[in-house]
Amino acid sequence: MGDYVRQMPHQGSQDLARPPSAAMRFHIDVPLLLLLLALTGYGLFVLYSASGQSMPAVVRQGRFFLVAYVVMILGAQISLQRFMRWAPWLYVAGTGTLVAVILVGVGAKGAQRWLEIGGFRFQPSEIMKLVVPMAVAWFLAERILPPRFLAIVTALGLIGLPAVLILAQPDLGTALLIAASGLFVLFMAGISWRYISGAALLAAASAWPVWVFVLKDYQKQRIVTMLDPQSDKLGAGWNIIQSKTAIGSGGWQGKGWMKGTQSQLDFLPESHTDFIIAVLAEEHGMRGVLILMSLYLLILLRGFWIGIGAQTSFGRMMAGSLTLTFFVYIFVNMGMVAGLLPVVGVPLPLVSAGGTSVVTLMAGFGLLMAISTEQRMVAR
Amino acid sequence: MTRERRQSPSTWRFYLVIVALCSFLALLVGRVLSLQILNTERGRQFLQEQGAMRSVRIAEIPAYRGVIADRRGEPLAVSTPVVSIWANPAKLRKSTRLPELAQALNMPLAELRDKLERYADRQFMYLQRHRVPAEAREILERRFQGVYGEREYRRFYPAGEVAAQLVGFTNLDDRGIAGVELAYNDWLQGVPGKKKYIKDLHGEMVRDIGVLQPARPGKDLTLSIDLRLQYLQHRELQRAVTASGAASGTVVTLDAHTAEVLAMVNYPVYNPNSRKGMSSDSMRNRAITDYYEPGSTVKTLTLVAALESGRYSTQTIIDTSPGYVRVGPKMYPDPRNYGEITVSRVIEKSSQVGVTKMALDLGHEPIWEVFQRFGIGQPPGTGFPGESAGRLPNRPRWYATDKVSLAFGYGIGATPLQLASAYSVFANGGVWQPVSLLALEGEKPRGKRVVSPAIAARVLEVLHAVTGEHGTAGRARVPGYPVGGKTGTVRKMNPDGGYFDDRYIALFAGVAPSDRPRVVTVVVINDPKGKAYSGGAVAAPVFSAVTKGALRLLNVPPTQMPAVAAAPGAGAGAPG
Repeated sequence: MGDYVRQMPHQGSQDLARPPSAAMRFHIDVPLLLLLLALTGYGLFVLYSASGQSMPAVVRQGRFFLVAYVVMILGAQISLQRFMRWAPWLYVAGTGTLVAVILVGVGAKGAQRWLEIGGFRFQPSEIMKLVVPMAVAWFLAERILPPRFLAIVTALGLIGLPAVLILAQPDLGTALLIAASGLFVLFMAGISWRYISGAALLAAASAWPVWVFVLKDYQKQRIVTMLDPQSDKLGAGWNIIQSKTAIGSGGWQGKGWMKGTQSQLDFLPESHTDFIIAVLAEEHGMRGVLILMSLYLLILLRGFWIGIGAQTSFGRMMAGSLTLTFFVYIFVNMGMVAGLLPVVGVPLPLVSAGGTSVVTLMAGFGLLMAISTEQRMVAR
Repeated sequence: MTRERRQSPSTWRFYLVIVALCSFLALLVGRVLSLQILNTERGRQFLQEQGAMRSVRIAEIPAYRGVIADRRGEPLAVSTPVVSIWANPAKLRKSTRLPELAQALNMPLAELRDKLERYADRQFMYLQRHRVPAEAREILERRFQGVYGEREYRRFYPAGEVAAQLVGFTNLDDRGIAGVELAYNDWLQGVPGKKKYIKDLHGEMVRDIGVLQPARPGKDLTLSIDLRLQYLQHRELQRAVTASGAASGTVVTLDAHTAEVLAMVNYPVYNPNSRKGMSSDSMRNRAITDYYEPGSTVKTLTLVAALESGRYSTQTIIDTSPGYVRVGPKMYPDPRNYGEITVSRVIEKSSQVGVTKMALDLGHEPIWEVFQRFGIGQPPGTGFPGESAGRLPNRPRWYATDKVSLAFGYGIGATPLQLASAYSVFANGGVWQPVSLLALEGEKPRGKRVVSPAIAARVLEVLHAVTGEHGTAGRARVPGYPVGGKTGTVRKMNPDGGYFDDRYIALFAGVAPSDRPRVVTVVVINDPKGKAYSGGAVAAPVFSAVTKGALRLLNVPPTQMPAVAAAPGAGAGAPG
């Protein structure tokens, strides 16, 4: 009962007899929903300016959000047990589609990332962002925690197979994200620090061979460009120089909504997708950035709070992994735009224009809500 | 409980993750902070400047060119705003609306395509210069891709051909390239202003930020000419040239005391607005750029040399019989034997024999020196492009024929303006004033005494006598006013050497009114065809007509009711 008191300290005992609220009946985590609504609302506001005052672009994105919220709410209705039961099958099916992408996929710009079924295109790697951590969590939840060596190796195998398949598309960014989401599950499962430090050492040691043997020239170029954008001003460095200029010229107050010269005058490429934060920084200044960061931070804290309160190891690991993945999105995108990380195609979650990532992310939040529901149900 | 124990390290791990994550977020915020707020080396200020550098541009605002007006403020050249349509060929080439554009520009499609091909690798080309703003707006409003408008000024010349050669004209870029427009270009031009605007990546102007430096309009210029007189002279000259079938003609009128040019016309002419009929023939401002052998018109200067020598007065008798004189291999005849006549009558009759005898007596040096003193062979200093200094050669050896021909104006050259300037000395009591194309403000510049007032007065008397009953210029008379002047009829030089036998230049240089001079006018009719070709027959009537108008316009009261000369001085009354 300790959990119960902590969660609702203001409620009297007579509430126990009261029928569950609408939010509870529909398995909605109200604080998370409000935060998400605030974030997506702010996102549309920025998008209107970033897309060059294009109302159609805003309506399109709004429609994506609508679909995504529906997916989230639907996801929240599914019990965790069911997710656990589905996890291995989803994993097998997902991996299968990844193989299919390599065999019969369609692509653009030299990469095969899509499957086309009956005129409908979809990107299996997107679904795997949810399925891989789910499968790893399912696998570990069945075993003794913290996991033993053999279990860790098996989990790494579960992570590695889809990651390698996605790498083969090739899509380094997504492969790394998916690998990270699986590794977060392992981390949340409480694997020994010895393994973690060992892996860290191994990663450091393999940096040079990876640079020499694994990374392609264009990938190396991106890293070099990040360290010194001026080395290729008109090519790969262009984005970074323009976005840094946009951010820097915003100042504390910003230039005002729809008044950013960098973004409105087409100097900033991808201004409404991956580089939208630069538009926000230029037009709304440091204040706007802080508002956005606060929203993100609150969402992250809410996610971890749900994880801490989760009743099952599966829920706990999933909540931790989903929240961390969400954080990785934020960090990679903002790091890239601010010139801290190399340019990779990672959108700013729930703000950048685009449909797939929004739906995947919201499905993840649906899962979080399912976890939060389970916790409350158990508490009840 | 085992479950509790299994979860506890995991919860601890959650807190660890939260702390790690907050520090990562702090790193991001710190990064943004360093870019946006802190003023590090490549921080806010640098980036803000960078931002401005990308988008803020400075454009030129065309300056309004100064108005050229006549001495009474009538406009001779004014600028009106026009719009030039230009294109960025790189962009326009991709347009699918080329036929529509060609039609809007009233230009054959093939020509437009050709032009685009020719400038394919450029960012700029004019499609059409100087459209009326309303028409240009119509085209620009149809928003052809890569087609833009640029505001410019176009020059308009209200007086048209009447003052064309004097005023000159500008080129498409609003720079003076002829006439006063060229001579005073820097004065008229002004300084273009600068404005700041924001452009986008594609170079399109998005928004004006403001004017950095307003365009400083050019200064206005007031010419010394009186447009009314200019019109009158244009009409009279055109009539005379056409009637006599001459090749060209020039009339220039100076204010007798200030030497301001009151009118300066040439024929043939062109229309500076359409540039129709423009050729080197019609473009030249002959009054300033072309010199002619002045012929008998400079016999007055020889007279000055004679009077200054002290050996002659206007009444000194010279024997001109038997009506011709032989100098070296050449013979100089008079039309008939005038017998013994006064010096004054020698000028009135323009007697070759008389002048030849004086010249041989005086020697060439004093005559040459007088010519030089009166400005022959020296640039008048108007600053007009192509201004000629005339010709006054100093020969290493002077043969007798050279000395004689100098005395009656052969072998030297003077522009009509120089001739007028020389005659203005007599009108101004012997003081030479620099000629001016601009209206003088306040005090006139200090003149230069060239000849004594007494001699100037004597010459005026003789000039008046020339228009008298015995003189060669009866047709120069102006009813109501005493006038004076000297005719000249010069054989045209043959470009192949020597002179034509039957082609002439008719000249007249005169002063009016001769008792209290106000205007000095020189008329040159070049190559009149027909029976009448002498200065007295062709040029003198033009002088009469334009002087009549000039004196009326200057409100000079007539002093003689009958048209018959009440001759002051000696000449008119003396019997032949």
